[in-house]
Amino acid sequence: MNVTRSTSFQLDWISVTIFIALVVFGYFNILSASNTGEFTSYFDITKPYGKQLIFLLGSLLLIGIILSVDAKFYERFASILYLGSILSLIGLFIAGKQINGATSWYEFGGLTLQPSEFAKFTTALALSKYISDLQTNIKDRRDQIRAAILVGLPAILILLQNDAGSTLVFGSLFFVFYREGIPQYYLSFGIFVTILGISTLKFSALYTSSFIGVLLLLYLFFIKKKRNKFKIIIAVYLCSICLSFGVQWAYNNFLQKHQQDRIGLWLRLEKDPVKLQAMKRNISYNLNESEKAIRSGGAFGKGFMDGTRTKGKFVPEQHTDYIFSTVGEEWGFFGSTIVVLLFVMLILRIVFLAEQHKSQFSRIYGYGVASILFAHFLINIGMVMGLIPTIGIPLPFFSYGGSGLWGFTILVFIFLKLDSNRLNVW
Amino acid sequence: MRKILLFGLVILTGVCFIGRLFYLQIYQSATYDLNNDNAIRKVFHYPKRGYIYDRNDSLLVANQPSYDVMVVPREVEPLDTIMFCNLLKIEKHDFLKYYNRAKRYSPRLPSVLLPQLSKEDYAFLSEKLRKFKGFYIQKRSVRDYQTSIGANVLGYIAEANSKDINKDAYYKLGDLIGKQGVEISYEHILRGIKGVKYIQKDIYNRDIGAYKEGAFDTLPVPGKDLKITIESELQAYGELLMQNKIGGIVAIEPSSGEILSLVSAPSYNPNLLVGRQRSRNYTKLYLDSIHRPLIDKGLVRMHEPGSPFKLLVALTALQEKVISTETSIFCNEQYVYGRNKRTMQCHCGGGYRNLDSAISYSCNSYFAMAFRNTIDKFDNSSKSMDNWSNHIKSFGLGAFLGNDLSVGKKGNIPDGSYYDKWYPEFKWGATTIISNSIGQGEILVTPIQLANMTAAIANKGFYFTPHIIKSIKDEDIDPNFNIPKQTTIDPKYYQPVIEGMHNVYNEGTASFLKVPGVEICGKTGTAENFTKIDGIRQQLTDHSIFVAFAPKENPKIVIAVLVENGRYGARWAGRIASLMIEKYIKGEVSLKKMEKLVIEKSLENEYLKPYSGLPFKINDQ
Repeated sequence: MNVTRSTSFQLDWISVTIFIALVVFGYFNILSASNTGEFTSYFDITKPYGKQLIFLLGSLLLIGIILSVDAKFYERFASILYLGSILSLIGLFIAGKQINGATSWYEFGGLTLQPSEFAKFTTALALSKYISDLQTNIKDRRDQIRAAILVGLPAILILLQNDAGSTLVFGSLFFVFYREGIPQYYLSFGIFVTILGISTLKFSALYTSSFIGVLLLLYLFFIKKKRNKFKIIIAVYLCSICLSFGVQWAYNNFLQKHQQDRIGLWLRLEKDPVKLQAMKRNISYNLNESEKAIRSGGAFGKGFMDGTRTKGKFVPEQHTDYIFSTVGEEWGFFGSTIVVLLFVMLILRIVFLAEQHKSQFSRIYGYGVASILFAHFLINIGMVMGLIPTIGIPLPFFSYGGSGLWGFTILVFIFLKLDSNRLNVW
Repeated sequence: MRKILLFGLVILTGVCFIGRLFYLQIYQSATYDLNNDNAIRKVFHYPKRGYIYDRNDSLLVANQPSYDVMVVPREVEPLDTIMFCNLLKIEKHDFLKYYNRAKRYSPRLPSVLLPQLSKEDYAFLSEKLRKFKGFYIQKRSVRDYQTSIGANVLGYIAEANSKDINKDAYYKLGDLIGKQGVEISYEHILRGIKGVKYIQKDIYNRDIGAYKEGAFDTLPVPGKDLKITIESELQAYGELLMQNKIGGIVAIEPSSGEILSLVSAPSYNPNLLVGRQRSRNYTKLYLDSIHRPLIDKGLVRMHEPGSPFKLLVALTALQEKVISTETSIFCNEQYVYGRNKRTMQCHCGGGYRNLDSAISYSCNSYFAMAFRNTIDKFDNSSKSMDNWSNHIKSFGLGAFLGNDLSVGKKGNIPDGSYYDKWYPEFKWGATTIISNSIGQGEILVTPIQLANMTAAIANKGFYFTPHIIKSIKDEDIDPNFNIPKQTTIDPKYYQPVIEGMHNVYNEGTASFLKVPGVEICGKTGTAENFTKIDGIRQQLTDHSIFVAFAPKENPKIVIAVLVENGRYGARWAGRIASLMIEKYIKGEVSLKKMEKLVIEKSLENEYLKPYSGLPFKINDQ
């Protein structure tokens, strides 16, 4: 442990360096991806890169404020921040502006704000505060449910605003629950449901439940000692059937058409080559173009501002969700690998720092930060490279957008503030 | 476990991502190729195609603008079709056909509605065109022939077909490429190098500026002008003389190998293959299976050489010392040979024949004797035949000449193994293959080979590879054309043969073809030929063949003439050769009567005989 870190400004410079590297590199990629027509000025606010530069200055200001506020403030005011966040989400139903089908924005003059980006850190703060409360025992089921409601409330509000991608991010807070000691079977159950779900969609509920039936029969047959658990096995089997058919039902009735198509494409459900071609032209058009751009980058890329597919706007939404395809095209395998490694290092660093904290609040919050960053990293880059179905969420620090950048800056820097303070206060 | 789950998943994800990146960017990705990026549009700028001049610097082939009517179907607005069709001079149903074809190709991209409008049509149309939205004019450059002669020499250009494009990636659909004659032989020099501009496109196919500020763009390099060795006036005169006949004339300057004229009859006006009627005209020429106007007969018509070949038989025999200039035989108008007393007819008139008179009267018996002596020189006929064959081949026969003409034929000069294969069981000898002695049998030559062979005789032992290129602007021509090719015959043996050829004109078979004031050496030839009618081999009227050079001392022109089915050598080929020689050497023709006779004579009836379906006689006119 570093003994010299005794003042309140002993920041973890490794994290800060990675943060700066990501944000600066991100800015240049936005510059490349959104540079259309005549280049006038870096501060041209009619262009995304101009706005992003202003957002960058804004996040510098935010960092200053976060670091100068007393560390205890965040724990003390976690509930209020959370409450404010929930209210702002509810307010969207009244005064929200719809962009791309999602009602996630407030508009002030020319500026739009997306409260869901800020709900992430407030939820993480509130969850940390709740779990670290002396009266909370996370191993107790009632407390588990309360904590889950704390996370679920903003998640559901966001889902109702038709922003399913952001809702998924809240699911990543499961890692926090798990780290803090919820029973092991939650994880087993989660993995089981995931496999069951994918299998159901890929091979249909009937096949899946028959397959589980066969597995359980074999289990009964060969392990005779457990005859007395017959009832449990029947119960597991019935649950599986319900779950399997439930997943299928939910997929058919609950998901929207484009979501079904994206998942269908990912699981390669469509066998008819003609329809598949049509799907490739429509549903996975973005993905195709994005993969093509990344592929064309080769080992070393085409160079900054020289990506032909980026310049020609071949990848729609390139400066927002698909920003990683710019990295792939212009900076090639080496540049992209460096970005991936930077993300991995940042997340691991935060996990590492969190584990060192004696204060439960800071540790849980750190875990929350790492989980949220991980979810974004996994979903965004995975989607852009075609590894997971298309889910529209931004890549932290890279994607264009003020709310996103500020949300992530606040998320990370509150933790760094807590971290810088861990020795001298508690 | 609880502490490492997230840790582990993050690392796993990182590894998966880097693996995927590796798969996409290293494993799957080909090296980036600017020319294959559909985000980049390549716009080509075509350079001026090189002009072609004749040896006296008169312009033969230039360029002219041609105007294609282009259409972008999506931009077309309802229009007055009748008026538009009148402007374009096409029928409405044709217009609809072309328009729908363009639309099928692409509604967004421009395609050619009507190619190659003339200047007049263009002038008329351009005023009114702005009324018709979606149509515009694209200018391009096509050939402009300043002459109506030499179509076979000059060749033509046409749009590159898929074969050309596959062979050479330089060509793109719609590019023009030389297809025949000089246009194909010197395609790389004439065409220049097209310039290319790389333009960044966006997703809607709109141009959004130069790629990398034009760093990769190139400027077109203009094609170079050519000067060819053709003497236009002589060429034109040759074409005039050959009208209504099928055949070829090859005239060469023996001291350089330059081709003075290369006539193929019947010919066509090269302007037929330019402009809107191009494909109609081409089809018509292509389908004329009797006259085959697109085939260069001076280069590719193989035939038996007939009597001119006797010159080489004589030279070979002299070189092998199996005859001397003194050797003489008595000819009783037939040559009897072999155990079965087979005979070869001779039309020389009979009597004592030595080398000189044998040439001038074309005595078959004498050359049968000379050939027989050559082949009997060694015990092994095959070896003698190889020896003989080598001598003959040193005159450029039996192989490609290596010239700069786009087409050619090897011809055939048999050697020992040729007959060993033919007669595997039978011990063949000179008498078996005696027809070769008089230029028949298995000998096949093309007119240009005949001319080249005569050039070697005129030069007394060497020739320059015949070629069509005189000079290229700012570039050297193939140095091989300046190297003399030696024959295997000692120069001293040429003089007696040349004397014999001179006597062909003085007293022999061409004595009625004298040109006042010009000493000509020549040799007549008559070659039997056959065709197949309904699968039955049938003899046709003999080809008329003639080779000559003039003047006797310091020859300036060598000529070989083939008039198919012209009956006998002196009859048409000889006359034409004399007229051509006079034209070239004196600049004008005094033999007006002969000229009139040749020009007016048509052999069309002769050519139609085998196609008439009726029985016919040969050598009757």
